[in-house]
Amino acid sequence: MTATTAEHHDHHDDHHHAPHGLKRWLFSTNHKDIGTLYLWFSFAMFLVGGLLALVIRAELMYPGLQVVDPEFFNQMTTVHGLVMVFGAIMPAFVGLANWMIPLMIGAPDMALPRMNNWSFWILPFAFSILIGSVLMSAFGAGHPSAPNFGWTFYAPLSTTYGPASTDLFILSVHMMGISSIMGAINVVVTVFNLRAPGMTLMKMPLFVWTWLITAFLLIAVMPVLAGAVTMMLTDRHFGTDFFNAAGGGDPVLFQHVFWFFGHPEVYIMILPSFGIVSSIIPVFARKPLFGYASMVYATASIALLSFVVWAHHMFTVGMPLAGTLFFMYMTMLISVPTGVKVFNWIATMWRGSLTFELPMKWALAFVILFTCGGLSGLMLAITPADFQYHDTYFVVAHFHYVLVSGAVFSIMAAAYYWLPKWSGVMPNKILGEVHFWFSLLSVNLLFFPMHFVGLAGMPRRYADYALQFTDYNFWISIGAFWFGASQLIFLAVAVLCCMKKGEKAPMNPWNAPEEDLEWTVPSPAPFHTFDTPPVIK
Amino acid sequence: MADSSNKYYVPESSPWPLSGSIGLFMIALGAGNFIQQSTDFGQDVLKHQGTGAGWLLLAGALWLIATLFFWWRDTIKESISGLHEGRLSGSYRQGMVWFIFSEVMFFSAFFGAMFYARWLIVPWLAGEGNNAMTHELLWPNFQAYWPLTTTPDGRTTQAMGAWGLPAINTAILLVSSLTLTIAHHSLIAGERGKLIIFQGITVVLGIIFLCLQVEEYIHAYQHMGLTLNSGIYGSLFFLLTGFHGMHVTMGTVMLLIMFLRILKGHFSKDNHFAYEAAAWYWHFVDVVWLFLYICVYWL
Repeated sequence: MTATTAEHHDHHDDHHHAPHGLKRWLFSTNHKDIGTLYLWFSFAMFLVGGLLALVIRAELMYPGLQVVDPEFFNQMTTVHGLVMVFGAIMPAFVGLANWMIPLMIGAPDMALPRMNNWSFWILPFAFSILIGSVLMSAFGAGHPSAPNFGWTFYAPLSTTYGPASTDLFILSVHMMGISSIMGAINVVVTVFNLRAPGMTLMKMPLFVWTWLITAFLLIAVMPVLAGAVTMMLTDRHFGTDFFNAAGGGDPVLFQHVFWFFGHPEVYIMILPSFGIVSSIIPVFARKPLFGYASMVYATASIALLSFVVWAHHMFTVGMPLAGTLFFMYMTMLISVPTGVKVFNWIATMWRGSLTFELPMKWALAFVILFTCGGLSGLMLAITPADFQYHDTYFVVAHFHYVLVSGAVFSIMAAAYYWLPKWSGVMPNKILGEVHFWFSLLSVNLLFFPMHFVGLAGMPRRYADYALQFTDYNFWISIGAFWFGASQLIFLAVAVLCCMKKGEKAPMNPWNAPEEDLEWTVPSPAPFHTFDTPPVIK
Repeated sequence: MADSSNKYYVPESSPWPLSGSIGLFMIALGAGNFIQQSTDFGQDVLKHQGTGAGWLLLAGALWLIATLFFWWRDTIKESISGLHEGRLSGSYRQGMVWFIFSEVMFFSAFFGAMFYARWLIVPWLAGEGNNAMTHELLWPNFQAYWPLTTTPDGRTTQAMGAWGLPAINTAILLVSSLTLTIAHHSLIAGERGKLIIFQGITVVLGIIFLCLQVEEYIHAYQHMGLTLNSGIYGSLFFLLTGFHGMHVTMGTVMLLIMFLRILKGHFSKDNHFAYEAAAWYWHFVDVVWLFLYICVYWL
């Protein structure tokens, strides 16, 4: 080796404490710091997206128009969805991946640390464009409209009829896509290339497995989303006819391309949750995970099936019968691997020595409420039934059960589980209990009645509704404000941990089995871990 | 497997990722506004406000290129000082493979749109399946065939044939893949002269391909009436070949940089991953072209 190498190595050995100041965060190549950035960014976006949702719920609290005009209401539903999907849930999972995957597989860092930082820093810029359009719409001169076509941005609403901000929205989606693809490539390469000696694929923690498969989905479908928005852009400005029947195109083509991305995207937002819950339940049941191998195969099956079910979002567009039947049966097939997972979680707890610390509470709530969301998904998969449910609040109830009481709850479980490792401080128990119980009660008050108003025919994405839905909507809005306020408690919990206020966390506060490598390093995890890989037996 | 003497190289903190994000931000803001200022679009209030955003777009592009230049200068220094041994080299290799996979999926969105248009949209508009009334009520004179040279609303164009320029271009790309492989083998065999010659030939072939592609576009616009505006066939033709052309441009730039780095003596027979990555990328654009040639020009 050359002299430069030796110099570098010496320098590295001195480098065990973190760099200081702003540069530490702006120029980071450290998976833990970048993970922290991702997690705080996603929480900020969660609050922003939540505020937009509260505008929606304020308007819908009573029938008639009180708070905003319908045009602005449409912008709220659109940007709420986009911010929550691309800004809150996805970056939260990437943050968890950044923090935990190297710790779980005994790697010194992510495989491509600089690209890792690029993946993160694209996001604040991309979202400043999207959120900027909302601020301009709310406060700007002339009130130009923010994107207002729903988070699925169907053509021709987003092409022929899209506001001027659509073009900037398209480019911000491109940026989010670049960020996601680079982040996902980093995860895949880290998992394949940086596992500690002896960490065979079938010894990896399930969080790592589920993220590996998620990353594969991301690399496969984010470019398809890029293709969809590119076709939108050229249809809007360069005279192409992809989504225009008069030129031989078809608006329905947009839906096909979008949902070819969109359905795998749904699993991108839930597979890491499965990994989190599969990590937590065995620890608090004091039993090894039931059916590890079947969990891996089930995850892979779900991912593969996710590529052939997309048109169940489009049963009402008038597809040929054979296509409809194909997508219906494929969708129902997904309930098999998902059922395997739920069964395995329950079997893990069976005759376990259960305790109910905060992470376990969130994980259990996840299992129950996610299953509710899954079952309403099965109802929606039945084509003739879907003809009735399509674009009603029943759909809204379904995907909020899987995304809020599913994905978000699992992220909360992960935060309470790993905060001791991240911060070196136990999350405040009293605040945590209040946060959990408030969230659990309010999330059901918020989303459960949506099933009923939806089945009774209340359509989604409208600023007003028929009078018979008044009582339900009032209580839904109460639930929404309660749920929103409850999340501020978590802000307090997280800030307290960051300020190191609270009970000091031991190395392994939850008595996790020693195979879980993340609990074999001190709390808080030092700046560099596993410089020398551990050997797994 | 690595032992403690072979630590995985984790680079020092670097300003380039943040700088690259700023570049992308400028590009997005610049491009979004520039497109609105310079094209026709509905109720456009932004039109005729000058092209200031075009300068922002240009500045963003230059900024990003400069950032990548400095970023890669750092990586090249690390590579030459021997830090890219072992597993890090594996990370770069796997990263490139997955990047190319993402590119494949990008093209598959457009290929998917093409097959959907050919096999479903156009026949349906002509009344196939249960669409007889759609046909009757919307465009009763519309006939289904591919390439679609008459749109439902009556715009006409000519279809691009497979012979002539496109066939020549196919031959050029195939030969360029061959010359690149010869260059690669020369690099491994340590035959510097042969490497320089064949790498140079590959770059020139790439440039010739691009020139012919431009010539084909001019011909399409001026003599065939085939434009972005001539319906779904024109849309697909120009976006598929256009994105392919952009990738060939990228690939040619990569190969050119590899040519310059060969002249500077950066590569050895064991340490030339950047060269391999550029070669993989070139073979990828070659394969995409074969699909394009068969599905868009020929069939």
